[in-house]
Amino acid sequence: MTTRFSAGIHGWLLLLPAAALLAAFTHFPAVATLVQSFRSSPKPNRPAAFVGLDNYRTLVEDPVFWQSAWNNVWYALGTIPLSIALALAMALAVNRGLRGRAFLRMAYFTPTVLPMIAVANIWLFFFTPQYGLLEQVTGLFGAPSHNWLGSPSTALACVIAVAVWKEAGFFMIFYLAALQQIPPVYAEAAAIEGASRWTYFRRIVFPLLMPTTLFVLVNAVINSFRLVDHIFVMTRGGPDNATSLVLFYLYEVGFKFWDTAYAAALTMVLLVVLGGIAIAQFGLLERRIHYR
Amino acid sequence: MRRIVRALAVAAALAAGAAQAQTAEISFYYPVAVGGPITKIIDGLAADFQKENPGIKVTPIYAGTYQETIVKALTAHKSGSPPVTSVLLSTDMFTLIDEDAVIAVSDLANSAEDQAWLKGFYPAFMYNSQTGGKVWGVPFQRSTIVLYWNKEAFKEAGLDPNRPPATWAEMVEYAQKLTKRDAAGNVTQWGVQVPSSGFPYWLFQGFTTQNGVELMNPAGTETYFDKPEVVEALQFWVDLSRKHRVMAPGVIEWGTTPRDFFERKTAMMWTTTGNLTNVRNNAKFDFGVAMLPANKRRGSPTGGGNFYIFKKSTPEQQQAALKFIRWITAPQRAAQWGIDTGYVAVTPAAWETPVMKKHVEGFPAAAVARDQLQYAVAELSTHENQRVTKALNDGLQAALTGAKAPADALRDAQREAERILRPFRR
Amino acid sequence: MTRTARGAAFAEGLETAGAWLLAVLWILPLAYAAWTAFHPPEFSTRFALDAPLTLQNFANAWAAAPFARYFVNTVALAAMVLAVQLVLGTLAGYAFARYEFAGREIAFWLVLVQLMITPDILVVENYRTMSGLGIVDTVPAIGLPYMASAFGIFLLRQTFKTVPRELDEAARVEGAGGLATLWKVYVPLAKPVYIAWGLVSVSFQWNNFLWPLVITNSVESRPLTVGLQVFSSTDQGIDWSIICAATLITAAPLLVAFLLFQRQFVQSFMRAGIR
Repeated sequence: MTTRFSAGIHGWLLLLPAAALLAAFTHFPAVATLVQSFRSSPKPNRPAAFVGLDNYRTLVEDPVFWQSAWNNVWYALGTIPLSIALALAMALAVNRGLRGRAFLRMAYFTPTVLPMIAVANIWLFFFTPQYGLLEQVTGLFGAPSHNWLGSPSTALACVIAVAVWKEAGFFMIFYLAALQQIPPVYAEAAAIEGASRWTYFRRIVFPLLMPTTLFVLVNAVINSFRLVDHIFVMTRGGPDNATSLVLFYLYEVGFKFWDTAYAAALTMVLLVVLGGIAIAQFGLLERRIHYR
Repeated sequence: MRRIVRALAVAAALAAGAAQAQTAEISFYYPVAVGGPITKIIDGLAADFQKENPGIKVTPIYAGTYQETIVKALTAHKSGSPPVTSVLLSTDMFTLIDEDAVIAVSDLANSAEDQAWLKGFYPAFMYNSQTGGKVWGVPFQRSTIVLYWNKEAFKEAGLDPNRPPATWAEMVEYAQKLTKRDAAGNVTQWGVQVPSSGFPYWLFQGFTTQNGVELMNPAGTETYFDKPEVVEALQFWVDLSRKHRVMAPGVIEWGTTPRDFFERKTAMMWTTTGNLTNVRNNAKFDFGVAMLPANKRRGSPTGGGNFYIFKKSTPEQQQAALKFIRWITAPQRAAQWGIDTGYVAVTPAAWETPVMKKHVEGFPAAAVARDQLQYAVAELSTHENQRVTKALNDGLQAALTGAKAPADALRDAQREAERILRPFRR
Repeated sequence: MTRTARGAAFAEGLETAGAWLLAVLWILPLAYAAWTAFHPPEFSTRFALDAPLTLQNFANAWAAAPFARYFVNTVALAAMVLAVQLVLGTLAGYAFARYEFAGREIAFWLVLVQLMITPDILVVENYRTMSGLGIVDTVPAIGLPYMASAFGIFLLRQTFKTVPRELDEAARVEGAGGLATLWKVYVPLAKPVYIAWGLVSVSFQWNNFLWPLVITNSVESRPLTVGLQVFSSTDQGIDWSIICAATLITAAPLLVAFLLFQRQFVQSFMRAGIR
């Protein structure tokens, strides 16, 4: 009994430092955000006061918020499936031992090591009308010039493309690690059975990769709300908020307008969305977490 | 030997103590994003001032962009230890007053001599520096918008390379001649380019001023975005690409505009006077600099930074800061600052100095911004400045990308601005 | 050759071509950066084979911003965060894997919350906390929210669980306490996990932007990413030559490390069982 008791104390002591930091910088701010979202922003002549749902009313009536939210939905729908599919394709290509696989692997992975804020400037050049790289290529085929980042119809797609470019290589590593752990006997058995490579992939490889896909999916979802660095350089949310995402708008409200209370309400939106997704995904993930 | 050393040490300590008793130290936030030449000039100026005024020590602190500098200054103000003085955007005036962070310079500068000094600046620069009968900021690094044109492209298009467009109609006419299309109808060179990313309101103020209308009242509590003249101005801007087809459609990136000009993708561009040195170094062709074209009148907004003096410093520090600001804006130094950096020297007296006259003689383009100042107006600046500006920026981009008609876009922007400014209109 | 075999060969060729096309696309920004950084500015938008080579852009970039200071800040940040993360993650992972204590399940779920609610989203409140602590604009303030890593704790818990109980018990029979057992038995076995996580952590801190942007406002604390942003957003427009040079300068340490260790990197991921 005493040993169990002391084991309990030891357990908590081991956990304590990490738990304290997590509480201070994750749990406390999450709760504080909720409290702040019911107050007004302090001004020199007007201290913060309880305003009830005022910030949420502003939020519901704020067209820029709604546009950012919708943009974020499209951003998620664009980046998540594309980056996962490409990551899987890359992993399969590298795993197959094509000629120059070292180069392929390096090429796919470089975006992970390059700072987004720096490459965003380079992408800005790629998308520049007329003499930008994209235009130099499309120009060869006689396509008319297009203002990629300056048109609401294409700006978000460009921003999505950059995010996919950034993420796919990172996810590839996880798939690659998983692929290399699939026992070769499966492939041999499939070959004896005369199954096509596609069948083998669909019936054997893909199901075996399912846990990895889930793991990557969680990361992709989080990133679709988190990855806004390139927007600071490429569009600053423009044209006319066409590329404003919720976190980017939150930054503007919180640190350009200094309306911290409204920023808290915006943060709550992200917290609720991510919390909801977390509950859904942890339900699915439960098995995986305990499967060892 | 040892005794001598000790005596010297004592003497040195005494001297240091005495000096300390008289020294007023003024911390000076200066917005510069990068190291290099400008910080060296500022360091040099601070050192020179100290040599002439041994009782005052100026400590420049390089705080990053304007945006970062104001954040830093306001955070320091809230925690009780702001800088004594800082260069911040002229448009931050209302924000600084609302935060109760700064003291009116005209309240400090009460000798007749000081008052005369405050009257010595170009009026165009003072519009953004005073409100409610008081002067809050002292112009220092200021700019305006000018038109750059490619003389070679003018020649090729059969235009007089030394005659820039003087009116809106001329600008359209020239731009039509300058817009080149290939066999497939794709444009290889645009006539004119007015950037619209980031802060389109500033360039838009060029159009509105030329159309004889102001965007806000001097008290910073009202905006006039939906006036017919403003709508007309936006219609003209939109028409440049939609109707006349002489400017690339969509939002044009500010950052790539000079490059577009160097690459001969546009024959004329509107951008800041601050780009003069950049264009001079990088344009591989003969270029000209002109005032913006006129419609009902000529006009451009001013831009750039003012000196402010912070409230939470001692009266001695404030007086010392005032002395420093007077010293640094004196004609001789204002002239040298303008020559070294490309900003517009802030007083007429500075342009009368021999060194500036010589500079203008060798490089007449430098004087264009000065000549335009008589037509210049205040940059858009209100209470809750960032928000109001965003409302207008969004409207402008909506119109330029064709999402909204100019009248609708500006009506929406005006409604949003009114909502934001309502608490200040009492 | 049978028809199916020819079809298969064709499909294979197509796949190879696709893989290479993708690789070229993916490396293009880096290739462009290298091209532009080593050539005079006129060639930043034009790709002529006879363009002269130069190092001037690097000299200009280096002179134009205090990169040395930014490097110091970034290295300090990444090292500090990694060190604390490793220690705290090891202790917490060990507690979750091998100790029975009241509230363990709930505590574990509370840790996992951070996987979803990353510090980036809580910038507003964390900024308030930091100004309350009076450490806005310092390197530790950038690192603090990341120092307890749910990802790391989770990984190590999974790894420690796979350590055979017999090894643990053998160490304890020899008289080792809890921490000694952790140090002698568990940590050595988890080496690949530490490597994989360390690489992820360092590259994350090296490239992190939003929170450092918010919390720093002077050269003394700014990391490379924020320094680079401040440096590239001038009124005078974009100078790609100098930005590309700066990009290469900033990314070089990570790039070189990756090129040298790419095989080990992937293998440590594999052995770490991150999948």
